[in-house]
Amino acid sequence: MDFREMMESKYRELLENYIKEQSEQALYAGQKFSRKTIEQKISPEEIVSLHKSLLIEMYPDVPEKVINSFDILLEVMIGYGLAYREHQSLRHKQEELRSEMEIAANVQQTLLGTKVPVINGLDIGAISVPAKHMNGDYYHFVHDENNCISVAIADVIGKGIPAALCMSMIKYSMDSLPENRMGPSSILENLNRVVEQNVDPSMFITMFYGMYDPATNILSYASAGHEPGIYYNAEKKEFTELSARGLLLGVEKRTKYKEYKKEILPGDMVILMSDGVTECRTDEGFIERETLLGYINKYIHLSAQEIVNRIFKELEKLQHFQLRDDFTLIILKRDV
Amino acid sequence: MSIQSCVTIINEWDIVAARQLGRNVAKELGFGTVDQARITTAISELARNIYLYAGKGQICIDKLYEDGKAGLRINAADNGPGISDIRQVMEDGFSTSGGLGAGLPGVKRLMDQFEIESSPGNGTQIKATKWLR
Repeated sequence: MDFREMMESKYRELLENYIKEQSEQALYAGQKFSRKTIEQKISPEEIVSLHKSLLIEMYPDVPEKVINSFDILLEVMIGYGLAYREHQSLRHKQEELRSEMEIAANVQQTLLGTKVPVINGLDIGAISVPAKHMNGDYYHFVHDENNCISVAIADVIGKGIPAALCMSMIKYSMDSLPENRMGPSSILENLNRVVEQNVDPSMFITMFYGMYDPATNILSYASAGHEPGIYYNAEKKEFTELSARGLLLGVEKRTKYKEYKKEILPGDMVILMSDGVTECRTDEGFIERETLLGYINKYIHLSAQEIVNRIFKELEKLQHFQLRDDFTLIILKRDV
Repeated sequence: MSIQSCVTIINEWDIVAARQLGRNVAKELGFGTVDQARITTAISELARNIYLYAGKGQICIDKLYEDGKAGLRINAADNGPGISDIRQVMEDGFSTSGGLGAGLPGVKRLMDQFEIESSPGNGTQIKATKWLR
């Protein structure tokens, strides 16, 4: 017996039971029946039609007026049936898009992947979590032949797919920079030209570029409008802003970037972040920088990777597990 | 083999006439009430499109007999502005999001076969068929 025939006899039974005795149990059976019919993609107009024909058959004395009224109900239900089927098809399409996005996010991770360098004397921790599937933040480490460690952290204004596409370009232009030793300011100047020429004028990128030389313990850095980093002075137990001025990438072709230097002493830390960290919003508004510094202090005894992981967990909780912006946090900590 | 009768669509009342014609033919062919309602809904939708976007056109109903099967075909034709992006109008959610009713994807769902031809300046011709089971 196919489902339609079964449906007819089942519906007849339901109807009979309910008309005999208006019990909650009979109604509950009706609800269960609808689950089956939805599963079998039976449209609402078919149910109305079935109802009408069974009524005529089972109760020949039902007034014609009542019987005819079902024609109107049937006509109205056709529209609902169509809307329902459209909804199903859109849901299916959404599912497809979602899995496509997941694949894209994996591809992005492979494309933009970077290894955190392991080097004597410097402890490095990094975390980057996208708000949606695709990440508009980016960080990159280079451990060059002079044993210098370079770190780049960038944020595209905007998020989601457009930002992610833009980041892939940045990554490849960084990879294709000449091998000979370039300082942070000339790297930013180079990237600025690439972004200015290739990216939509409405899209801007901020970037912080730092280069640490373990031989001298000097960090050279430059910034293209990026969220200021934080410097921790271990001796004074004091946090100060790692300020650096510079225009965003992609605004003006001939932008020059100033290079800054900072000596990193044992126990000192450099904390770099995207605005997803500082613009982390709670019910009371943006978090204060003090809140962030508080968390750093709380976990300061841990390894750099542990610190960034714990801070992310704290801020994630603070925002009720809903990230509004991509979140990237990097800590460089000179061993004592 | 096909037998055809037509209704010219100029104003909203003509939509009702087209529905009536479609229902009569569907009844004659032996379609059940649910399929009759589906066919008339499809006719409504196509006739409304003519009335709203082309201003004037024709709905013709054919009886089809093929390979021992009987069917009903709706032919909707107009010389209106035509459609430049057919893929877009055939996409779910495109016309319905503005509350315009079932749209062409709805017509396609209500019927068994659906063909559309349209280009800017050449009007729109739609053929939609339902077979008697």
